Amino acid sequence: MEKQSDLLLDIEHLHTAYRLQGKFYDAADDVNLTLKRDEILAIVGESGCGKSTIASSIIGLYDHKNTRVTGDILYNELNLVGLNESLFNQIRGNKIGMIFQDPLASLNPLMRVGDQVAETLYYHTDMNEKQRHDRVIELFNQVGMPRPEEMFNMYPHELSGGLRQRVVIAIAIACKPEIIIADEPTTALDVTIQAQILDLLEDIQKETHSGIIMITHDLGVVAETADQVAVMYAGQIVEKSDVKTVFEHPLHPYTRSLLNSMPQSDDETEDLHVIQGTVPSLKNMPREGDRFAARIPWIPASAHEEEPKIHEVEPGHFVRCTCWQDFHFEQESSK
Amino acid sequence: MAEEIIQIKDLKVHYPIRSGFWNRITDYVRAVDGVSLSIKEGETYGLIGESGSGKSTTGKAIVGVEKVTSGQILYKGVDITKASNRRKLNYNKDVQMIFQDSMSSLNPRKRIEDIIAEPIRNFENLTTDEERKRVQELLDIVGMPSDAIYKFPHEFSGGQRQRIGVARAVATNPKLIVADEPTSALDLSVQAQVLNFMKHIQQQYNIAYLFISHDLGVVKHMSEDIAIMHRGRFVEIGKREQIYKNPMHIYTKRLLSAIPVVDVENREAHKAERQRVEKEFLENQDKWYDKDGRVLPLKKVSDRHFVALPEDLIQEELKEDE
Repeated sequence: MEKQSDLLLDIEHLHTAYRLQGKFYDAADDVNLTLKRDEILAIVGESGCGKSTIASSIIGLYDHKNTRVTGDILYNELNLVGLNESLFNQIRGNKIGMIFQDPLASLNPLMRVGDQVAETLYYHTDMNEKQRHDRVIELFNQVGMPRPEEMFNMYPHELSGGLRQRVVIAIAIACKPEIIIADEPTTALDVTIQAQILDLLEDIQKETHSGIIMITHDLGVVAETADQVAVMYAGQIVEKSDVKTVFEHPLHPYTRSLLNSMPQSDDETEDLHVIQGTVPSLKNMPREGDRFAARIPWIPASAHEEEPKIHEVEPGHFVRCTCWQDFHFEQESSK
Repeated sequence: MAEEIIQIKDLKVHYPIRSGFWNRITDYVRAVDGVSLSIKEGETYGLIGESGSGKSTTGKAIVGVEKVTSGQILYKGVDITKASNRRKLNYNKDVQMIFQDSMSSLNPRKRIEDIIAEPIRNFENLTTDEERKRVQELLDIVGMPSDAIYKFPHEFSGGQRQRIGVARAVATNPKLIVADEPTSALDLSVQAQVLNFMKHIQQQYNIAYLFISHDLGVVKHMSEDIAIMHRGRFVEIGKREQIYKNPMHIYTKRLLSAIPVVDVENREAHKAERQRVEKEFLENQDKWYDKDGRVLPLKKVSDRHFVALPEDLIQEELKEDE
């Protein structure tokens, strides 16, 4: 296979700004990402860090009046930024599939689930009704729904959460998209169902060789599934590397703090690590200097870059700012 | 040894299913189907289960907002499933609850002062000044600024709102707090904050928690005794180490193997193990459950470790471990 064609999505200098009381504020600030075929790219971060903003920018689902998107999102030489709506409709759902967090909210409660999957095929293929029906049954089998013929005629409220999410996945993969964007696909599900859904996504990927962008706040899910990881804080990517490096040699203070605050230790008497302060809201986000600096005040200001850039520390391992070289946890310093 | 603060004996909560022309009761949903546990003073009892397992119903029944079908809840030796006994013992003051969704459990039209003061007003006669002082103290305990009392819930972030919920729960100096998924709507670093506060308050005021969650990592961090609930019954109870290091019931194993592990090196092995357990769970249903798919009665394994398995399977499991 040619190397060039492996690259599915190339995001360069993406800025997505929302208008709040007449002024635009960047929710995603200078984001650079690439997605290759057969790859799962995880975007991790806490709520309000801009990870879902990236997803909605890619598939063009945002309020065009109050959102300003600049930069390039290149999909096969085609720039998705500012693409006209009729062209976008041919791509969205067809070449790029989307899985949302809450399956009950993303399915139409008044429509049989089979028809909802068939709807996608109606718009993007020239199959007749019989072919569409057969393809839906095939898809239901693929996503592991029991008794697909019966399920076709059911309404979303009749299905369990796990089955609903399978329907959403069936819609997303109906047209064999090259890119699947999964925005917190398992957050609303139980752990055992979560494991099944993640396995399913991996199986689908193996079959279709698509690229998956997995947006999540769950570090465990990232460690289990991702190939590449981008950690986001306050609209910026602060660390980006392959999954092994991020978990075994994290460098950026935010990544390290986040990993440290997971309740995993065997010693229950110990307090969990708490990151001081709170995530800044969109309006109050510091626009100059290191955005994470306020939450690690014991690190001297001289350790931060004036305008933190993302540096390639090792081949393939990108870290923003230079403060990681001087970073230590607060407790360590007092000892 | 700490004293037992509450004892639950064979608790059942059944909801009737009505159907047919006369709308008669044709069957029951056995949401909680014979659950026994006891919580000790100042300790945390962890209750784990998936959605629909009946864990929240158990919590609600303990607080007294869910009607109990049968069974006893003994507080200070008195059965409090009767409302008159609850009043006599001041039970409603001594047992409080922290809810999962802080947005819907705080009245959006009330200021924080009124929200936190409400339980105090219900049970104590304080002057306005005393009351305000008490509210300030409570906010201080959960690390909130003092000007918070004039604000409304929507002015706070999720973690702050959950801390307000914690402050309200401890306002009446309770002995037991039922915490129903207190952190599942929160981000990781915020969750750490709330859990730390809950622990500090527990040590300071000797409060017992019934900690209900589906997150096994969080429960492991918080509680000493743990019960795993499935289909309205307990499948396994034991100390933390017994449950996490030596799980015996297939359902416990299934839950434990499904938690994503931050161990990139071994993730393929972990996945294979998970699928093996899942397969075993699906194929041998009748081995682990009775013919109606109900969980078997609990059998004793060791001092504090009980599991819902027939005797021969327990022996088999014990042999495997050696």
